[in-house]
Amino acid sequence: MTHILLRHREIPDINKLDIYRKNGGFEAFKQVVTTMKPEAVTGVIKASGLRGRGGAGFPTGMKWSFMDNKNWPHYVVANADESEPGTFKDREIMERNPFQFLEGVAISAFAVGANTAYVYLRGEFWQVAAILDDCIEAMEKVSLLGKKLFGTDYELKLYTHLGAGAYICGEETALLESMEGKRGQPRLRPPFPPSYGLYGKPTVVNNVETFTNIPMIISNGSDWYKALGTADSAGVKLFSLSGRVKKPGNYELPFGTTFRHLIYECGGGIINDRPVKAIMAAGASSSIIKVDDKVLDTPMDYASVRTLGADLGSASVMVIDDTISIDWVISKTVEFFKHESCGKCTPCREGNYWMMHVIERMKAGEAVEANTELLLSVAKQMQNKCLCALGEFATMAVVSGIERFPEDFTASSIGGGHD
Amino acid sequence: MSLIDKYPQEVKKILAKYPPEHKRSAVMPLLYLAQRDEGYATREAMQEIADMLEITPTDVASIIGFYTLFHDQKEGRYRMQVCTDVSCAMRGADQFFHELCENLQVKVGETTKDGFVTVEEVKCLAGCDKAPLFQIQGENGIEYHENMTVDKTLELIEALRKSGKEVK
Repeated sequence: MTHILLRHREIPDINKLDIYRKNGGFEAFKQVVTTMKPEAVTGVIKASGLRGRGGAGFPTGMKWSFMDNKNWPHYVVANADESEPGTFKDREIMERNPFQFLEGVAISAFAVGANTAYVYLRGEFWQVAAILDDCIEAMEKVSLLGKKLFGTDYELKLYTHLGAGAYICGEETALLESMEGKRGQPRLRPPFPPSYGLYGKPTVVNNVETFTNIPMIISNGSDWYKALGTADSAGVKLFSLSGRVKKPGNYELPFGTTFRHLIYECGGGIINDRPVKAIMAAGASSSIIKVDDKVLDTPMDYASVRTLGADLGSASVMVIDDTISIDWVISKTVEFFKHESCGKCTPCREGNYWMMHVIERMKAGEAVEANTELLLSVAKQMQNKCLCALGEFATMAVVSGIERFPEDFTASSIGGGHD
Repeated sequence: MSLIDKYPQEVKKILAKYPPEHKRSAVMPLLYLAQRDEGYATREAMQEIADMLEITPTDVASIIGFYTLFHDQKEGRYRMQVCTDVSCAMRGADQFFHELCENLQVKVGETTKDGFVTVEEVKCLAGCDKAPLFQIQGENGIEYHENMTVDKTLELIEALRKSGKEVK
């Protein structure tokens, strides 16, 4: 299949501006600025069925249409804080096909009337930020950014902003707080960013992959895009495949491709040809899916994965084989969330602390059955009580892991089995 | 020497990114600048950043405390941060990390005796398909090293030592 997002895999040097332009680059941006009204651009994106690729899957065009037109200026912020364990797709886009991403940001900015856009990158992406800074400079030199774009009155400035190591900043309101020079802690919502965002102004926050789809949708039309994928989940998705597979990596596939295809055709199957025991489809934030043939043949789209008692999220598919014990998996995810809890709301801050504490007791072999029950109870008490999704995420693997794999939480099994 | 005297161009460029009435946004990029020389933000630098942005030094300190890539204490010249999260650990990251610590004769979070490398665990680096991997934070910013082995890592540390830069 020809790639739509990972076009660098077919077009070498597409990370150079002249090569990108020779392959149609910035034609879509020119088209919208010179021939379209902003609301018409939003209309095309709405009609395409594009949904946010950061994990929540919110319809992109609808988000744009929520921008408050009585409050100016407007901002666009690209969420490049990719930090979910198991997710490494945005990094490949920005490193290898950066101009398509930036063109998507530029088109979005035009669509919502923003003259300033920021790319918020996680601090660890220092080298990626340097790549984007070079791209922005190259765009400024040929007047793809700046004043009077394509001879119109539209102007746009683009900047990168580096975070400094905080998973929570991937949550859009925490990201905006961080951009304002504060600790990255989520805001109480509503109001949502399209009415109260960066500096209190209407702001669109979208994921890197979401933006990267946009130039292609403008160039080829919403019907073309809708024809890819499924009725519920239009288009293509980057699947970050990791864990116990032979060939981990990013795979661009239409929504609706099966887990089996991803794991066996793309990923080459399991290391040492072991059986698949479990899948976490949305990184460390996932409910753990117990795998059988029916699961392997399930199409990967938002609605179908939900029938398995899990979410597709950012499509970070972590594959667990039978050498791995689920108690170990949740000890890892809880350790992660305990470290990353921002401390603002009590259920998340205290809940994660206690979950870690109880897991440590279990690892030491102390009253494993009773502590498993306690762990499940703490996780369930956190659910629906946290200020943002991170608190919920922290409980997903714990609850599903204990309920679906009770055999991995017995006195004799605990602490065993991981390669 | 103050940041503004030492890096006048960089400071100017950073401040230009944000609306003047929201210059507090510059606190993170300015902290990166402050960390460039010593690997941590000194009290003087924190005060200078606070004055520049019209916030308190406590505000600046709260940013340093919240984010893992900012430091208010001197550690090794390089910080080597290994991802040991679930995806990487399924591909041998835990074992790699422990063997590396053994070889360098340090425990988690400790610095080698010569003050050259501090070895730390870190949360997901978005490189799960290329584990084991780590980042090195030093005077040139942050660099990724992927698909690593203990031998390759020890060679890299030797190369850094030989690169002619004296340990301060």
